[in-house]
Amino acid sequence: MIEVDRLTKRYGNLKAVDEVSFQVEKGEILGFLGPNGAGKTTTMRILTCFLPATEGTARVAGYDVFENAMEVKRRIGYLPEHPPLYDEMTVDGYLGFVARIKGVAPEDRKRRLQEVKETVRIEGYGKKLIKHLSKGFKQRVGLAQALIHDPEVLILDEPTVGLDPNQIKEVRELIKSLSGNHTIVLSTHILPEVSMTCQRVVIISDGKIVAVDTPENLTRQQQGAAHIYMEARGSDVEAQQRLHQIEGVLSVVSRPLGEGEVSSYRIETELKQDVRGRIARSIIEGGFELLELRSLQLSLEEVFTQLTTQEEVRSQ
Amino acid sequence: MRNLLAVIDKEMKIYFASPVAYGVLTVFLLVSGYFFYNILTVFIQRSMMMAVQAQQFGGGAPAMDVPALVERNFFGIVSTIILFMVPMITMATFADERRRATIELLLTSPLTHFQLILGKFLAAMGFFVVMLLPTLVYHAFLYFYSSPKMALEPVLSGYLGLLLLGAALISLGIFISTLTESQMVAASVTFGALLILWVIDLSAQAAGPLVQEILGYVSILNHFDDFSKGVVDSSSLVVYLSFVVLGLFLTYRSIESWRWRT
Repeated sequence: MIEVDRLTKRYGNLKAVDEVSFQVEKGEILGFLGPNGAGKTTTMRILTCFLPATEGTARVAGYDVFENAMEVKRRIGYLPEHPPLYDEMTVDGYLGFVARIKGVAPEDRKRRLQEVKETVRIEGYGKKLIKHLSKGFKQRVGLAQALIHDPEVLILDEPTVGLDPNQIKEVRELIKSLSGNHTIVLSTHILPEVSMTCQRVVIISDGKIVAVDTPENLTRQQQGAAHIYMEARGSDVEAQQRLHQIEGVLSVVSRPLGEGEVSSYRIETELKQDVRGRIARSIIEGGFELLELRSLQLSLEEVFTQLTTQEEVRSQ
Repeated sequence: MRNLLAVIDKEMKIYFASPVAYGVLTVFLLVSGYFFYNILTVFIQRSMMMAVQAQQFGGGAPAMDVPALVERNFFGIVSTIILFMVPMITMATFADERRRATIELLLTSPLTHFQLILGKFLAAMGFFVVMLLPTLVYHAFLYFYSSPKMALEPVLSGYLGLLLLGAALISLGIFISTLTESQMVAASVTFGALLILWVIDLSAQAAGPLVQEILGYVSILNHFDDFSKGVVDSSSLVVYLSFVVLGLFLTYRSIESWRWRT
């Protein structure tokens, strides 16, 4: 549905987007993840024909964004970082205007207006002036605006920014419910958002793509070793000795927890084998009280930091 | 066409939702009404004085066409007031779309730049016409009380002139509005530019004959005099229409250029 090939955008000497390539399949939700200023918005603006690219090509629904901009614009719904609203218009007036310029046929407008208001749950607010709406509702009107012409492709730039936790949850569920019929690209710098809503993630940093994969694979791949967390009561030194003797354990970091002789241990082990059973047995045989034992999952946050900081080190 | 109407419709809604619009309408009506009243009383007094003088010194009273003089002076004044009003009408056109990021909506919609610009221009013209409409009442008064009935041609050509002048100034104002995100900056720069166009023929007097002639053409109010006298000069028509085309073309180029820059 979306094919981006070696897309580059230069501002003078600064490369905001540097040879970015990726594809999005029909019905897929792709997350665009990166720190602020990584080039997410620029890429999205190129996809929506708002900005021309310096080099490279991008095709949306088979049409080139530069050569066939009109066809692309007809098929795209776009929610920019700041919802593009006219404060002095009513919700209905505004959505009606957007429907007209997006080319919704006159006989369909009323029905579409009703449908999108139901989708984003702002049914009762049609006659309200946009300036009197809360931030969450403004964001929903922004989403309604992007949906009004039932576009094949939705491009959402930080759709949950500035919303409260409940609203964020609602918007995420809404986005999820839209996939299938729509191909969605959404950008964010919030990691859980990606693992919750997206099927695939593009991690971008300094204008370059550093990783493209599913959220699960990304967390797995970056994990060169497995980590285990343990709490036990007993002599710290002795416990360390015992742990080191276990096959598969690479390193142990311990920290006393204060009360009694309780310490916490962070144990790095080889990825391939699960050594939790062996650890438990060994610790209990040594006369320790085992209080807690669990394997640690590298969070997407850590993956992200790893990937983006590696990138920084490499570029320096 | 559908897109064009949608843009005009939206622009009109935005105009009349803003207090600026009502401020502009009120100020324009007050000022133009005040001047109309003043001009009218001055010429009536003058004609009466001339009649009295004629009686005292004998001889026939010199003919004085009060309505024609009033119309001419009134249109002259109104054309000047417009210089102050147009920046208010055009300042928001593009500057505000940029400030509130709605320009992203407009430029990512299947809407050509031409439709967008023309729509905004026509909406501004619409507002301008709404602003002028109440002044028709002044002329109706004048017509009603004049005897013999005054000629209507100067009124018609006067309004045609105002429309052309307005169109020229508005297209320039819209162009300037594309250059900034701030309405205030747009308004002040537009006002400055209009002032320069207004007074440019003063400096022309110091220049050589060729430059003088060119500047005379560019000086936008120069061309208005004919219209207020009831003369529709085709060269003035061409000058005004060229201004409009130039202004809209510059607007188009400006939008294109900041698409490449931002």
